[in-house]
Amino acid sequence: MVESALVDWSRLQFALTAGYHWLFVPLTLGLAVIMATMESLYVVTGDEFWKKTTKFWMKLFAINFAVGIATGIILEFEFGTNWSNYSWFVGDIFGAPLAIEGIFAFFMEATFFAVMFFGWEKVSKRFHLAATWLTGIGAAISAVWILVANSWMQHPVGMEFNPDTVRHEMVDFWALVLNPVAISKFFHSVFSGWMTGAIFVIGISCWYLMKKRETRFAMASIRVAAIVGIIGTFAVMLSGDSSGIQAAKYQPMKLAAAEGLEEGGPRAPFSIVPGVEIPGMLSILATHDLDGYVPGINNLLDGYTSPDGVQHPSAEEKIARGKRAIEAFGQYRTLQASDPAAAAEARRVLEENMAYFGYGYLTSREELVPPVGLIYWAFRVMVGVGGALLLLMFVVLWAERRGRLPQMKWLLWASLLAIPLVYLAGQAGWIVAEVGRQPWVIEGLLPVKAAVSSVSVGAVQTTFFLFVVIFTLFLLIELRILMKAIVTGPQIENE
Amino acid sequence: MITYVFLQHYWWFLIALLGGLLVFLLFVQGGNALIFPAGKSEEERSLIVNSTGRKWELTFTTLVTFGGAFFASFPLFYSTSFGGAYWVWILILITFVFQAVSYEFQSKAGNLLGKTCFRIFLTLNGCLAPLLIGTAVGTFFTGSQFIVDKGAVGDIAAPVISRWANGWHGLEAVAEPFNVLFGVMVMCLAISLGALYLINNIDNEKLASQLRRSLLVAFGGFLVALLYVLIRLSTMEGFTVDAEGVVSLEAGKYLHNFLQMPLVLGLFLAGAVLLVVGVLMTLLNGAFKRGIWLAGPGATLAVVALFLIAGYNGTAYYPSTVDMQDSLTLANSCSSEFTLRTMAVVSLIIPFVVSYIAYFWRQMDKRSLTSEELDRSEKY
Repeated sequence: MVESALVDWSRLQFALTAGYHWLFVPLTLGLAVIMATMESLYVVTGDEFWKKTTKFWMKLFAINFAVGIATGIILEFEFGTNWSNYSWFVGDIFGAPLAIEGIFAFFMEATFFAVMFFGWEKVSKRFHLAATWLTGIGAAISAVWILVANSWMQHPVGMEFNPDTVRHEMVDFWALVLNPVAISKFFHSVFSGWMTGAIFVIGISCWYLMKKRETRFAMASIRVAAIVGIIGTFAVMLSGDSSGIQAAKYQPMKLAAAEGLEEGGPRAPFSIVPGVEIPGMLSILATHDLDGYVPGINNLLDGYTSPDGVQHPSAEEKIARGKRAIEAFGQYRTLQASDPAAAAEARRVLEENMAYFGYGYLTSREELVPPVGLIYWAFRVMVGVGGALLLLMFVVLWAERRGRLPQMKWLLWASLLAIPLVYLAGQAGWIVAEVGRQPWVIEGLLPVKAAVSSVSVGAVQTTFFLFVVIFTLFLLIELRILMKAIVTGPQIENE
Repeated sequence: MITYVFLQHYWWFLIALLGGLLVFLLFVQGGNALIFPAGKSEEERSLIVNSTGRKWELTFTTLVTFGGAFFASFPLFYSTSFGGAYWVWILILITFVFQAVSYEFQSKAGNLLGKTCFRIFLTLNGCLAPLLIGTAVGTFFTGSQFIVDKGAVGDIAAPVISRWANGWHGLEAVAEPFNVLFGVMVMCLAISLGALYLINNIDNEKLASQLRRSLLVAFGGFLVALLYVLIRLSTMEGFTVDAEGVVSLEAGKYLHNFLQMPLVLGLFLAGAVLLVVGVLMTLLNGAFKRGIWLAGPGATLAVVALFLIAGYNGTAYYPSTVDMQDSLTLANSCSSEFTLRTMAVVSLIIPFVVSYIAYFWRQMDKRSLTSEELDRSEKY
């Protein structure tokens, strides 16, 4: 019997690792573009100021990069250590993007990071600039493949279940790569990294302005970062819109939970906060149609007929059909040698009910509902903070262009305080994506409780607390080193 | 004709190659194991850290790609070994995690724990990572206690396919001397390669002579462990798998594999010769600094050959000592033909990746590292 505590601790450990990883990765993605832009300005203008500016941000980039790598390796191997059943059940599909990520992206990052950081005097200017861009491109390519893998879990495509090997097998590689969820998720995640990088640079630069230090450096950095950040935020909004449409299509329970929508229908309202709604807005966001039908949590559990006439079964029926599929699978395996005709019939039943296979592991309809309160508020934090940061970047850019920024103390403070907020928004986004798809590790096919490894709860608890201590220690040290480096500053004015 | 069986063997070869390259690149770990024994002064220690520090990400990336490639090509190994030998893999990961941050943190103001502490982390990773990886690979020959039952997916209450058959979750591997000596062999090899790399990469005569002394000790340890491993490997029973997939014990299986696959034996011997020549030339000729370029490829070839005798010629590469029939073979643990074929196409990029790494490596290491360079440019 799989203990629920084992599932919970395994989930917590993965969430901890992924959460920490996502503290470091977005800054890598965003800062890479900002410093590569700065270095491009250096190569184009020949102004040493841009080289020194680039080098300062590169120093902070390197400190952050190392911790991102450290948390990343744990994530990759946790698929095996903590989710061993998952690793076999879908390893035929899921392993491929991870391997491709290593071959295509990680080697690129590793090679060009070394050239970028240590190669200032060893390679030509243009060569160095190429290395800086390629480090950032490597990070983005890495994001492509890990998000292809993640999106496949949200919307599994391009595979078939093989009862002989007892796993899902890839039948269409390009369906996996061009999964619409992957495309939206890539843009949404990578451009949210641009936002993080931008807010990080703006916030620190504003601190220099508050201290009346490094004014030219700070103003120039703000200019580049705000432009990158504004472009990034618009891209995040656009990809967020398509993510909403896809959630409505492929993960309606996630959408209903994120909206706290119990009873759905056409002209579904969008809840700004509890009690404050915009009529019809959710239908527009989810279907781009005011009359678009959006099912609520109860509709999804009770079953409903969508406007196109498609009947969506109730939770009970899905669970029953899932159990039928699992039972047929067992019969197929047992009868294969002794009674081929009965085995063929069992296989037919399995295929007929395969779409609900994962539901068979569930025992009640309640298991199908993710924690509504958490997702509801995480979504609002993500969108609210994102919107506020876009406004902030516009105001900061306007003030910088007008030369008024150094005098606007409140804006400098707001920019500094925006740094933790952008991280909060990023974490909230992943909570919506990952907690929102519970109980599924692979939507509809495999719930988390059928995916865990057979290790003791105590072992997972031990490693969980070990990782808490290690990651927190690393985070504290990184923050301390970053702060010392920031206080020391680029020292451009003193030269 | 590219058949499913060919693809399984092709992918096992790539795993072997990645394993071989990983052991070569463990010179980073081996070099870090010498921070304190060979680095007598701050200047020397800083040179060692900065020399390995410019390559550590390649080793790290190779480890991650090794894991990713194993996942993509032999997912049953990924689920059985990682989920089963839990503690071994977690310990390996933790040592690498500490290494990843230690370079960047060690000399920075505000690092909380101090320079020496982070260098100790690097040293610990330098010794423990090769030791543990080697011990884990040793079980490819001696076996592990696990059960695989794919039919378990049909059991709603307990659907886990791979289960470890003891509560030690991998730690029991140290009870088998072969595994431990295999680990010691890999550790001493990594330290030898580390010394060779540092001699080549750093321009400091005093440090070079200290590194030569370390090389002598480490290589001596390597030879002793290697001798034990080879004797045991030639005489031990191996897990052979027939055309029906039935696994049985065969006396002298691994020796037979060498003899029945002369190309693999040739690979192993060529690797061993290159390794020994690289080390001996460095030890005997004080002016010779290119030993790593003989010993490194030599180690790679020898490790590739060891992986090949573990998986080729009808051998179960990850044997189960609880139920032999649950042992993992290339055929029963691999991905589908479609996935292996698709990934085989992807793997065609590998020569390009290796080429650009080699090109940039050359660009960056045209001149050996000196203290003067560290004083005037970016450093850890």
